[in-house]
Amino acid sequence: MKKIIKKVTKTKNLTKPVDIRSNDGSGWLYSDIVKDHFFNPRNFMKQGEEEKFKYDGMGRVGSPACGDEMVLWILVDEKSEKIKDCRWRTFGCGSAIASTSVLSEMIVEKGGMKLEDALKIKPQDILARLGGLPDRKVHCSVLGDKALQAAVNDYFRKTGQHGRIVTAGSKIIDKVLNITDHDIEEAVLEGAQNLEDVQKKLKVGVGDPEAIPEIEELIRFYMEKYYG
Amino acid sequence: MFPPKPKTKKFVYLDHAATTYVDERVEKVMKPYYGKIFGNPSSLYEAGRVANGELNDCHRKVAEIIHALPDNIIFTGGGSESDNLAIFGVTRKHANFGKHIITTKIEHHAVLNPIEHLEKESFVVTYLEPDSRGFISPKKVRAEIRPDTILISIMYANNEIGTVEPIADIGREILKYRKENNSIYPFFHTDACQAGGVLELDVEKLHVDLLTLNASKIYGPKGVGMLYKRRGVNIVPLIYGGGQEMNLRSGTENLAGIVGFTKALELAQENRQDENMRLVELRDYFYDQISKKIDKIKLNGASLGNENSRLPNNLNVTFMDVEGEAMLLYLDAYGICCSTGSACTSTSLEPSHVLTALGLPYEYAHGSLRFTLGHCNTKADIDYVMKYLPGIVEKLREISPVQMGNKKHAKYK
Repeated sequence: MKKIIKKVTKTKNLTKPVDIRSNDGSGWLYSDIVKDHFFNPRNFMKQGEEEKFKYDGMGRVGSPACGDEMVLWILVDEKSEKIKDCRWRTFGCGSAIASTSVLSEMIVEKGGMKLEDALKIKPQDILARLGGLPDRKVHCSVLGDKALQAAVNDYFRKTGQHGRIVTAGSKIIDKVLNITDHDIEEAVLEGAQNLEDVQKKLKVGVGDPEAIPEIEELIRFYMEKYYG
Repeated sequence: MFPPKPKTKKFVYLDHAATTYVDERVEKVMKPYYGKIFGNPSSLYEAGRVANGELNDCHRKVAEIIHALPDNIIFTGGGSESDNLAIFGVTRKHANFGKHIITTKIEHHAVLNPIEHLEKESFVVTYLEPDSRGFISPKKVRAEIRPDTILISIMYANNEIGTVEPIADIGREILKYRKENNSIYPFFHTDACQAGGVLELDVEKLHVDLLTLNASKIYGPKGVGMLYKRRGVNIVPLIYGGGQEMNLRSGTENLAGIVGFTKALELAQENRQDENMRLVELRDYFYDQISKKIDKIKLNGASLGNENSRLPNNLNVTFMDVEGEAMLLYLDAYGICCSTGSACTSTSLEPSHVLTALGLPYEYAHGSLRFTLGHCNTKADIDYVMKYLPGIVEKLREISPVQMGNKKHAKYK
C-alpha cells in the first residue's frame, strides 16, 4: 500500500495541492499569504484600544446576518492627504479576516497611501496581493475596498469636503422593486451566475419584465468583471 | 495572540456525523472479499454460490437486527442512494394515486433535493416546520395528510443538531389515518443514517415502510447502504440492469461493502447502550467545560440528555460574535476537526437550513460549530480542545466588530 502511494506522488510530481471539492475545479485552498494574514492579522483594533486610537474616518460595511462585517478606522494627514495609520475589525471567515488585514497593510505602508489612490483600490488589487482566493470567497475581498471607501467618505464628510464624497453610481434597473445595478452586482458576488439565480435572491424583473434584457447584460458584465 | 501551538500536534476527530473511520473488526471481515471470495453472486458455479450464500447471510443478519424479512433489505450504494430510491421509487410508482408529499425543513439534502426535483414534476410538497429544538410534532404531521398524500419522509435523527424525531409516534398517527380512511397511503420513509449506531432500529416499533441506513456513519466502509422496504410497498428502481436485489438495484453486488456494512451494523447495535452512556457523559462534560470557560454561547437543538431526544454524540453550539469558518480553520491548525453551519463552508453562501429552520437568526447560524463524538474520543481529547478553543474564541471576538446583546455599534458612533 505504502509503496503504491509513494510511486503515485513521485510520478505525478504534484507541486501544488489539488482540491477537487468545488464543482468549478477552482478549489478551496488558501495561499500562504492568506494563511499568514489569517494567523497573524496586522493592524487590527485591539481590545480597549478604541478609546486611545485617534482617527478621522470610520467605515462600516456588511452585517453579521450576511456573514461578514467590517469596520475600518483611518487616520489621515491633512496636508499630504496620506493615510498615516489605520485599524480594523472583521466578523467573517478566514478570507475576510485575511483580506482586511492585507488591505490595512497596503494603505499604510511606504509612508501611507494617498486618499485618491486609496479610492482607486479594487477588489482585484486586494486579491492579487493575497495571491488569490477561492472563487466563492471573492466577495470577502470586495467588502474591504468598500469599507475603505466608506472610511474615506467619512473623512471627507468630517472635514467638510462634501463635494469629494464618492457615491457609487447606482442606477435603478427594476422600477417596480427599485432594484439597482449595485444590487445585481452583489448577487453575482454572492454566487449567482444567471438570471434564475439572481431572481432567486432579488425577484428582479418579475414585476418589471421589460428590464430583463438589461439585467442579463449586467449579470454578464459582472460575471466577466469578477470571474472572467 | 492565538494560543501557542503544541509541540506535538494531536489529531482530535470530532466530526463523526460527517463520516467515521472503519472499525478494525469490520475491515477484517471485509478482507477476504478483496481476495479469495471474489465470485459474482449471480454465477451458478461454486465461487458464485459461495458469494451468493454470503450475500443471503447478510440479508438475513440485517433483517434480524431491524426486525424485518431478508427480502425487505435492498443493499445500495449508500445513504443518498437509498433516500433517492425511496423517494423516486414510491413517487414514480404511485403518482397516479396522488402527487402530494410531506417532509420537513430540516431533512438532509439527500431527501430535500430529490423532493425539490419532484416539485418540478408537478408534485406538491408540504414542508413541516420544527419547533425551536428541532422536534416535529406527530399531530402536525397528521393534520397535513391529504387524500392525495402518497409519501411522508421524516428523518430519524438530525445530522446537524442531533434532535431525535418521535418516529414511532408519527408512524402510529399515519397508521391511524390509513385505517380510518381504509387506504394504503401515505407511505412512511425515514432517513436513519445518523441513528444507525445509536437508536433502536425495529421497523415494527417505528411503524415505517421505508428506512435508510448507511455504513460510513457506523464505522463501516463508504459507498454502501441499504433501504428497508416493507413487503407490499411497491417501488420502481433507479438503476436497471441485471435485476439484482429483487430487481430494485441492479449491478453486481458490492459484496465486500455489504459484508462490512452488516458487520458494522451488528457491532454498533450490540454495543450501542454502553457506548451511548459513555458518549453522553463525555459530551456533557465537554459542554460543561465550554459553558464554564466561554461566555456568550448558545446550545442549538434539544437540551442535553439521553438518546431518546438528542443523539448522545452531538453538540451544536453558537459562539456569538464570531464566525464559524474562522473558528474551524484555527481549530484545524491545532489538529481539531469539527464542522460549522456557517454559510462559508456551503456552496450556496446561505447558512445552515437546519439552524435557520429552528428560527435562529442568521448571525447565530454563522457562529455555530458542530462537534460529533465517537469511538476514538476520550476525556483527554476534550481537555486538549478546551486548551485552545477558549483562546481562539477570545481572539476572534477581539477582532470582531460585532457585539451581540450589547447596544448595536454604540461604541463607534
